[in-house]
Amino acid sequence: MNILHDERVDGALPNVDKDHVLYQLSTAIPDLEILSSPEELRPYECDGLSAYRVMPLLVVIPTRIEQVQTILRTCFELRVPIVARGAGTGLSGGALPHERGILLVMARFNQIIEVNPHGRFAKVQPGVRNLAISQAAAPFELYYAPDPSSQIACSIGGNVAENAGGVHCLKYGLTVNNIMKVNILTIEGEALTLGSDALDSPGLDLLALFTGSEGMLGVITEVTVKLLPKPQVARVLLTSFDSVKKAGAAVADIIAAGIIPGGLEMMDNLSIRASEDFIHAGYPVEAAAMLLCELDGVEADVQEDCDRVKTILESAGATEVRIARDEAERTRFWAGRKNAFPAVGRISPDYYCMDGTIPRRQLPRVLNGIEELSNEYGLRVANVFHAGDGNMHPLILFDANQEGELERAEALGGKILELCVEVGGSITGEHGVGREKINQMCAQFNGDEITLMHAVKNAFDQHNLLNPGKNIPTLNRCAEFGSMHIHHGNLPFPELERF
Amino acid sequence: MQYDHDNSADLLEQVNYALNEDIPLRIQGSNSKHMLGGHVSGEVLDTRIHRGIVNYDPTELVITARAGTSLWEIEAALDHAGQMLPFEPPHFGPDATVGGMVASGLSGPRRPWAGAVRDYVLGVQVIIGNGKLLRFGGEVMKNVAGYDLSRLMAGSFGTLGVITEVSLKVLPKPRASASLSLNMDPAQALANLARWGQQPIPISAACHDGSLLHLRIEGGDGSVKSALSMLGGEPLDNGFWRDLREHETDFFKSAEPLWRLSLPSNVSTYILPGKQILDWGGSQRWLKTNESADAIREVVEHLGGHATLYAQGDSSLHPVSKALKKYQKNLKNQFDPQNIFNPGRVGSEA
Repeated sequence: MNILHDERVDGALPNVDKDHVLYQLSTAIPDLEILSSPEELRPYECDGLSAYRVMPLLVVIPTRIEQVQTILRTCFELRVPIVARGAGTGLSGGALPHERGILLVMARFNQIIEVNPHGRFAKVQPGVRNLAISQAAAPFELYYAPDPSSQIACSIGGNVAENAGGVHCLKYGLTVNNIMKVNILTIEGEALTLGSDALDSPGLDLLALFTGSEGMLGVITEVTVKLLPKPQVARVLLTSFDSVKKAGAAVADIIAAGIIPGGLEMMDNLSIRASEDFIHAGYPVEAAAMLLCELDGVEADVQEDCDRVKTILESAGATEVRIARDEAERTRFWAGRKNAFPAVGRISPDYYCMDGTIPRRQLPRVLNGIEELSNEYGLRVANVFHAGDGNMHPLILFDANQEGELERAEALGGKILELCVEVGGSITGEHGVGREKINQMCAQFNGDEITLMHAVKNAFDQHNLLNPGKNIPTLNRCAEFGSMHIHHGNLPFPELERF
Repeated sequence: MQYDHDNSADLLEQVNYALNEDIPLRIQGSNSKHMLGGHVSGEVLDTRIHRGIVNYDPTELVITARAGTSLWEIEAALDHAGQMLPFEPPHFGPDATVGGMVASGLSGPRRPWAGAVRDYVLGVQVIIGNGKLLRFGGEVMKNVAGYDLSRLMAGSFGTLGVITEVSLKVLPKPRASASLSLNMDPAQALANLARWGQQPIPISAACHDGSLLHLRIEGGDGSVKSALSMLGGEPLDNGFWRDLREHETDFFKSAEPLWRLSLPSNVSTYILPGKQILDWGGSQRWLKTNESADAIREVVEHLGGHATLYAQGDSSLHPVSKALKKYQKNLKNQFDPQNIFNPGRVGSEA
């Protein structure tokens, strides 16, 4: 079942007169940069999920917040869909353009407004890159904790919209745990402040609701993030195991001992070999699984934890435990993991990255399930796993030039996500639903839950103009999805007409 | 003796009855947070019939419990496994429930360093105003599928529905914990805290009582020892933080109305007349004063904060800004179109 807009299940597309919209926008904002010819629009037809492309009606690139306000008001009056986009690095098609809508590029808003070392916060525009915040805070020995692997390129507005994670979430949390205040514009161009400079605010926690709402409730115009003191030291242990099960048990043992590592990553044999071929980090290419465990904090504590973890890993049956001797070796250990995706990209013409989360104890069951599915669909799967927080990134290897392989990869990916839901997990830990996982939402939520989510959107955007079609599937789409996935003999949406 | 019991069917029935008959409901556990918000005149829906820990595996760092489970029971189970609720929720009574903890969204002394209740809510089950029991979030730490409606429940005071079950992230207790008191004035305390905050000193609680700065240091043995020797001062019993959290220190005993001010941590010390103590490193201030609500709120709002009166009534909770009110109302209408859940608790019109 295709994820692109299908009028049969997703509803009729709105009628939009491109020339009229163009005329209205250029009249209302004479100095606004508007792209409208096919060759200008082409670079914007996809985000980081490049397998899916849609040409937007128009692209607008504002440079002042008042322009954004006028653009939104114009869209509201003319009932034109509008999709906000930051750096376009998202992996779930959250910024995939709408064929009858405007793509609002926020990348020019790239100013750091304030870094306040005493208050330990930074106030930034939405187009500021994630890493640029930590760089600006570095002179004060402070940093911004969430570090998605795209942090060199991705922007904070998109991080908030997707509730971005990274490799340090177990200890330091996600975006939602590291922001204080967000300014947004509603579809009607009304400015709202969510959260505050204090630690809490009166009323409902709309800051939590907006974080991860995928640009469907408002457009982010400013973000205040928390800054943390940089950990004094960080040490990393690289450990090999001859079975994935033992590696999983070792993770549980570390947690049970009361130790919360800054980062705790697992890789399977296929990813270990791909990374080693690419980076030459000295990874154990014979190991069935490898754990990278980083301990950070105050020197004395880290040393103590390091000793404990080493003992735990050895009694959990590790075949080898190596502690990085110096900063250069630590960086090399991490380089292999951080380049795991491009490394896998070298051994396969294409790969498709999944993002399910599971309760950690279910890891052996899920990995077995993935192996069975991999055989069934005839496609290899490399596994990279944020072991500390249960976030899996199975990478499905395929060749888009082979007839039918992309479809097979998608189908296999969908099955993996459904397996995650089945064991009590989620279809997405940090990449978001976007358009990519729109069908699998029907596996995670029932019709009543999906109906309430549509109602939440309606509370902010009654004409469904902000990033329509993302994040929450229509009930008709779920009915069709359900008719193909009958669980325990029950149709999930019995009240709906079948197609 | 209380027994674990899944009584969600009963709660559902009561909500559906109330919806059919259009009877407002006053959702409560032990009513320990009665001093917050307006008076609700409705039929009491007691969540304590639905109680018990549903799932707790310490190695997953997640606990799931029915809303009527006593907070005390949850903390005991966590303590047994060497873990804790990092946000140190105030109980304000012997029978506080975990549902009420989430609904009121209150956090204790560790909040500025560890996060608030909302930071640890991973999932909820909730009965909303169409009479259905829905599930949002889950038992995993990272989950961005759909809107985050579980965190939205934290601090909603039961106005969006009846929370029936919650899943919370938990953490191991620190290996070492020690407290101390330093003699300095409040302004000096705020300046020092701002400076220490930029260094990796494992402070986990900071309160200035008017004459002394009390600090708690938590971490590994090594870091706690070195922080203690660096900071000096007089040793303080860790029990102080429990008393502060539960409002059982002498400060809270006088008769004047009690206000909680939530402010940016760097706001200067005395902004309003009355006796005050600084908590949360300056971000939370307790004030005993007879000033009017309007006067207090004007000053605090101007500084970027808000003020809560700890006494039941219409002036208890800080009003939401006019711009936000419209959207909060829209949201409330989607969850509870008949307005039967705790009407009046967070203000007359919502």
